[in-house]
Amino acid sequence: MDKILRVNMTDLTARTEAVPAEWVGLGGRALTSTIVAAEVPPACHPLGPNNKLVLSPGLLTGTLAANSGRLSVGAKSPLTGTIKESNAGGSAARCFAMLGVAAVIIEGQPKENKWYNLHITKDGVTVQEETELLGKGNFAVVDAVQEKFGKKVGVISLGPAGEWKMASANISIKDPDGKVRSVGRGGMGAVMGSKKIKYITVDDQGGPGVKLADPEKFKAAAKVFAKTLLDHPVSGQGLPKYGTAVLVNILHEVGGLPTQNFTKGQFEMHENISGETIHDTIVARGGKPKHGCHAGCVIQCSQVYNDDQGKYLTSGFEYETIWGLGANCCIDNLDDIAKADSIMDDIGVDSIETAVMFGVAMEAGVLNFGDGKGVIRLLGEEIGKGTPLGRILGGGAANVGKTYGVTRVPVVKGQGIPAYDPRSIKGIGITYATSTMGADHTAGYSIATNVLNVGGRVDPLKKDGQVELSRNLQIATAAVDSTGLCIFIAFPALDIPECLPAVIDMLNARFGINLTGDDVTNLGKSILKTERKFNQAAGFTNEHDRLPEFFNYEPVAPHNVVWDFTGEEIDAFWNF
Amino acid sequence: MQVTVKLFATFREGRFVSEVREYPERTSIASVIKQLAIDPAEIGMIMVNGRHADPVDLLNDGANLALFPLLGGG
Repeated sequence: MDKILRVNMTDLTARTEAVPAEWVGLGGRALTSTIVAAEVPPACHPLGPNNKLVLSPGLLTGTLAANSGRLSVGAKSPLTGTIKESNAGGSAARCFAMLGVAAVIIEGQPKENKWYNLHITKDGVTVQEETELLGKGNFAVVDAVQEKFGKKVGVISLGPAGEWKMASANISIKDPDGKVRSVGRGGMGAVMGSKKIKYITVDDQGGPGVKLADPEKFKAAAKVFAKTLLDHPVSGQGLPKYGTAVLVNILHEVGGLPTQNFTKGQFEMHENISGETIHDTIVARGGKPKHGCHAGCVIQCSQVYNDDQGKYLTSGFEYETIWGLGANCCIDNLDDIAKADSIMDDIGVDSIETAVMFGVAMEAGVLNFGDGKGVIRLLGEEIGKGTPLGRILGGGAANVGKTYGVTRVPVVKGQGIPAYDPRSIKGIGITYATSTMGADHTAGYSIATNVLNVGGRVDPLKKDGQVELSRNLQIATAAVDSTGLCIFIAFPALDIPECLPAVIDMLNARFGINLTGDDVTNLGKSILKTERKFNQAAGFTNEHDRLPEFFNYEPVAPHNVVWDFTGEEIDAFWNF
Repeated sequence: MQVTVKLFATFREGRFVSEVREYPERTSIASVIKQLAIDPAEIGMIMVNGRHADPVDLLNDGANLALFPLLGGG
């Protein structure tokens, strides 16, 4: 990976550059965050000409390493105003790696009201005007583009929400089945929409491929690594069988399943939306309980969910979406949630932000709690059509809270809080508060150690050890996000001693270098510090590293606990 | 004494989802697990009334016991 593709949307030109010395050895989040921090003025408008959209495959993407096909996308976020890195599976990351592309930097903004598509091949980038697919949903875009270029082409696309620059707009990446995976969080779709790019195609034919410095050593390490993924009960058995929604019953039981817009920690109808029920429903309807979001995934936590007639309804049906429309909006009809999931994928909105937003909208009285059909209608008829109400809803949870005068608005730095209540699972609260990304569970998944007994045990209801836990996880996650590996490798990495050394061995054999465990930790630390420095320059202070006030004074059942960390205790996170 | 025992994921196979069961006073969680013929090595999480617990812990009348294999997601 020795090339940077730089696309200037102001003059509609593109050029290929060598990777500068200071960026050599970086990939994924390390590279997208480094480039955004180096080239984007922190105070710029996220939708203006000075923001840049940066795409980068991970350091191990394109190799035979299991679960290494994540694509990292970075920019200044229109949702949070912070730096943003969001990553997803699909097939585009591998195409970039096979072309030897370390990153694509999209900068500037067209002066005319015209839309474009980018076609990327071994010869570089072609910028072409787009008229035909404007206004279309992601599924229609992927189908049309596959028809033109064949099934192997990588596709990165926007739904109408991205065209309208909604702050909840995501970017979709075609998966191996021709459906989509989402670069969900932070409104990256609005940034792509602000560059007036409807879709990007990546054709890796004739590319140089990925050359390994030491193929034998790589093969041996990759084998050990894949074995640890298959040997760990979470990644090897639980996730493939039940998917991520297996968490519904666990979070209900521990009292950390945010319910009815974060007013309760348990959902009475939890069994109706649980991973166990989803598994049985999928099997009974002839769907697929196991499915990978990218080639080379051995965990297969995704699935194909059919309707009651046995016809495809949705895939990539994740815990956070099911929690968000389920417990948080009190909808206990899985088919309604699945239908809403499919619409969100098609119109291109983040299913976490949108689900948290619906909880706030229900509290505001826009629709009733439990109204699954109402959610489907608002998604299709308002957000999906860009009506004035749709634009308000598509602006995300904070936007709806402000518009309707709601005080219980579960966001940090403007981004919706996902599926784990920070009052009863305090380690994840530290992650929500301190993450450079706004509220983001994946940034430092304290649930592993607070709830799941992975990587030891830290009592979720006590403050002891939570800051240190979140810090260690956020540092490790930043490093993992740079490799292109799926974050679920964290489960074996926390429990099986051979796992992380195998990752380091793969990196060394891939590039002919001699990284140690300390080097990887230092990479994670330096990424977090780079991101925080950007945020500080954009106007963020320690006072933004706080949870919404209602968590301090509204106890959550069943444990009847509040968020009780002081600002000083939270700020100790940054002592490294 | 009565204890509500809830099982999750693979532990449900050939057993049950939730049952109120009768046990002698001071029954340990380990002995409940043994009676259910669950391999102790497969236990990932134990919760009693929504709090994490250990096999050696003793149950009280009216307790709500949840047994999970090792699971995760996110």
